[in-house]
Amino acid sequence: MTDQDKILSDVTQSEYKYGFVTDIETDIIDRGLNEDVVRTIWEKKNEPAFMLEFRLDAFRKWQKMKMPEWAYLKIPPIDYQSISYYAAPVQKAKYTNLDEVDPELIDTFNKLGIPLEEQKLLAGVAVDVVMDSVSVKTTFKETLAEQGIIFCSISDALQEHPDLVRKYIGQSVPVADNYFAALNSAVFSDGSFCYIPKGVRCPMELSTYFRINAANTGQFERTLIIADDDSYVSYLEGCTAPMRDENQLHAAVVEIIALDRAEVKYSTVQNWYPGDKNGKGGIYNFVTKRGICRGVSSKISWTQVETGSAITWKYPSCVLIGNNSVGEFNSVAVTNNHQQADTGSKMIHIGKNTKSTIISKGISAGKSDNSYRGLVKIMPGATNSRNFSQCDSLLLNDTCGAHTFPYIEVGNKSSKVEHEATTSKIGEDQIFYCNQRGIDTEKAIGMIVNGYVKEVLNKLPMEFAVEAQKLLQISLEGSVG
Amino acid sequence: MSVITEKTDLSLKYISHFNEAKELLFADSPDVLNQHRKMAFQDFVMQGIPTRKNENYKYTNLQPKFLPDFKFLHKNEETDASLAEIFSCNVPQLNTHLTLLFNGWFYQKNTKSGKLPEGAILESLEKVAKNNPGILQKYYAKIAETGADPLVAFNTAMAKDGYFLYIPKNVIVEDPIQIINMLKSDKDTFSTQRNLVIIEQGASAKLIICDHTLDLNQYVNNSVTEIFIAENANFDYYTVQNQHNSTTSINSVFVQQEKNSNITTHTVSLHGGLIRNNLKILINGGNAEANMYGMAFLDKNQHIDNFTQVIHAKPHCRSNQIYKYVLDDKSTGAFSGKIHVVRDAQKTNAFQRNNNLLLTDTATMQTKPQLVIDADDVKCSHGATVGQMDEQAMFYLRTRGVDEEKARMIMMNAFAHEVVQQIKVETLRERIDELIEKRLRGEVARCHDCSYNCDC
Repeated sequence: MTDQDKILSDVTQSEYKYGFVTDIETDIIDRGLNEDVVRTIWEKKNEPAFMLEFRLDAFRKWQKMKMPEWAYLKIPPIDYQSISYYAAPVQKAKYTNLDEVDPELIDTFNKLGIPLEEQKLLAGVAVDVVMDSVSVKTTFKETLAEQGIIFCSISDALQEHPDLVRKYIGQSVPVADNYFAALNSAVFSDGSFCYIPKGVRCPMELSTYFRINAANTGQFERTLIIADDDSYVSYLEGCTAPMRDENQLHAAVVEIIALDRAEVKYSTVQNWYPGDKNGKGGIYNFVTKRGICRGVSSKISWTQVETGSAITWKYPSCVLIGNNSVGEFNSVAVTNNHQQADTGSKMIHIGKNTKSTIISKGISAGKSDNSYRGLVKIMPGATNSRNFSQCDSLLLNDTCGAHTFPYIEVGNKSSKVEHEATTSKIGEDQIFYCNQRGIDTEKAIGMIVNGYVKEVLNKLPMEFAVEAQKLLQISLEGSVG
Repeated sequence: MSVITEKTDLSLKYISHFNEAKELLFADSPDVLNQHRKMAFQDFVMQGIPTRKNENYKYTNLQPKFLPDFKFLHKNEETDASLAEIFSCNVPQLNTHLTLLFNGWFYQKNTKSGKLPEGAILESLEKVAKNNPGILQKYYAKIAETGADPLVAFNTAMAKDGYFLYIPKNVIVEDPIQIINMLKSDKDTFSTQRNLVIIEQGASAKLIICDHTLDLNQYVNNSVTEIFIAENANFDYYTVQNQHNSTTSINSVFVQQEKNSNITTHTVSLHGGLIRNNLKILINGGNAEANMYGMAFLDKNQHIDNFTQVIHAKPHCRSNQIYKYVLDDKSTGAFSGKIHVVRDAQKTNAFQRNNNLLLTDTATMQTKPQLVIDADDVKCSHGATVGQMDEQAMFYLRTRGVDEEKARMIMMNAFAHEVVQQIKVETLRERIDELIEKRLRGEVARCHDCSYNCDC
């Protein structure tokens, strides 16, 4: 089996390809966190008055909270005072076409393999690029505006549509929801805002790319998506960060609200710097993502491919309030070297006839630990509800770990909840079967891993699926597509 | 704030009780039991009576159950057991080596029924500790961790008596050994029971434990059992729990098994106010096997929580768990099962399943199956379902002229039977089947001719 071992080690040991620093001048405020810093951020961003209250409320609550310790993670102590909470590229002018954008920035995206132009022209994707917390470029805004769709940075939304933001912000994720959400609520610098009006089907996939660039700046993104009655939107989020030795903190919040019969599809590909082979450096990714299916027959689906970050702490959730609403969670999480991931989903069934599905695929390699943690809760009033969860783990060597911690709470008799989980390695018999049919071991492993995650990758939009395949760093000759 | 004060007060009550009873506890107990009390008590003080904030007790609220002013039994009280009571709890046509325990104390006037093979010992733990402390020195309080569970700590601090079972090398006890735990007192009572089982190399035994209450007083029974299974040994451990609704039963069982050994545990929870079963199995030798089965039937406001942990510390071992619950009325059930495969415990095969039937909209089931896997060449899986009866199967039966009530009974019996059929003692199996059927029909679920009109 040396052949197989070699391929496995090749596959799992390739270096981080996106480690580089874009040399753009940035405006950074002093390190540290106190009420003044919160005020400074509020002032710098010139936000409406209610936001100061919101931020200070969150900050005061955060001060009283403790960092959660229940996750199956070893988190080194984080000094919140040694982080700078605001970094914005100095060049703040808005562009109308790509030529005006700083060439360095364009270069960055090219290195990332996301040619903005190509995407703009070929894929028809409007990209709202968030580079170190401030939106630099918004494309296709006009096209979207014709339909009444608002897609802009949350800072712009606070200037242009303060009432709308005020109405919905903090509803899915209250300011004091958890430690990291409270921190985010207090100091968030920017993020995306999206509003789909009644009856509108968003004609293109909305997309943002996050990049953490300046060293020692935490990135605190806040995304708010509102889908009004009978609307539909598919939203893509991709994340990469350049190579840095010191750990960087990322505590984002994503809020989704789906009203009557609305559908929101949220896809993430996360490939932040995972640290080097010895576990040095890497991003701490502590994210709170929650969607509320508030209207009847609404639907929210989360799809995520998690390959980066030194530590991932992330549980995209759905609160199914409206009758007949649907929640979905599809996830592929790959950990390697010293990466740690504790990720999963929460499905809270409140309305009648609500349905949810959880598909989680974990792949562990190196010395990593990969955990699934999830909650399915059916309230007594959520009659005839249905949940199916499947959590599979694949172990690629004997030094990594795969763990499963599902919580299931069912409060009525007409609901049905099923959970199953398996942990295994790639079976020798599976490889033998392929070999027997003339498929060499390399291809066989590729095929098996590809087949293993296919269920989830199929849920991603085409361009994303391709990138996700790349990110999985598995050589799958000829089977990409 | 008042709630927090109350909780602290509650733990304080038990702490001060220990301090009061300390002298009595130390005075007439053998050193082998005394030497662990202090440390254990410290562990208890650190943790207190578990609240729901304790992750391990997330789904079981013990606080209200510990509120009454209980009587503690630090001395053996003479109790007379009438034969009728004993035999009403007997399994018909079952030849057993029968032993009684009252409120956690080994019954002195035990009439020996049947004779154990030479060298095998079934005795009072206190007596063994006094007469033969050497063996306890080696095994007592070795696997029951006081730091991880406050109730185990409290038990170790308070432990006076329980049963002691020893099966020597290569001895095979054919007939099952039956131990009947009775709770009988003149007022509300807190009983502490401490047991030790040692199965030596190549030995084999079956133990049946029956838990009963004989009057309507409130009880908390906190029992800890340590079981050591040596190489090539076999041990079957059956528990039949049948207690009234104001009983709180906390059973912590710790098992350590060695190479090529085999353990099967069966926990049949037919009736009880609040039952918490902790079962921790450490597989400490290659090619060993652990089977854990459980059934729980709940109605009224009953609560049953099975909390299992299997630790695969050595390669080439197998473990298998099936737990099934049927929940009626306003009952609440909880299951938490953890499979931990330690690094390098390769070729492990671990399986776990938890199926639950909810019969009403007011019953609640909470389940938490967990896998912690640190080795790659393993096959581990778990599954959990919560739901109602399969409608297609119901329909099938209805089309064949079976009326709805009967069809439900057939389905529920079949549901439970998957676990029942694993019982190796035939007479016990039939008896359990019969008891379950009665239980499901809503008839009194305790032993058929029990004369007590408890609120069942």
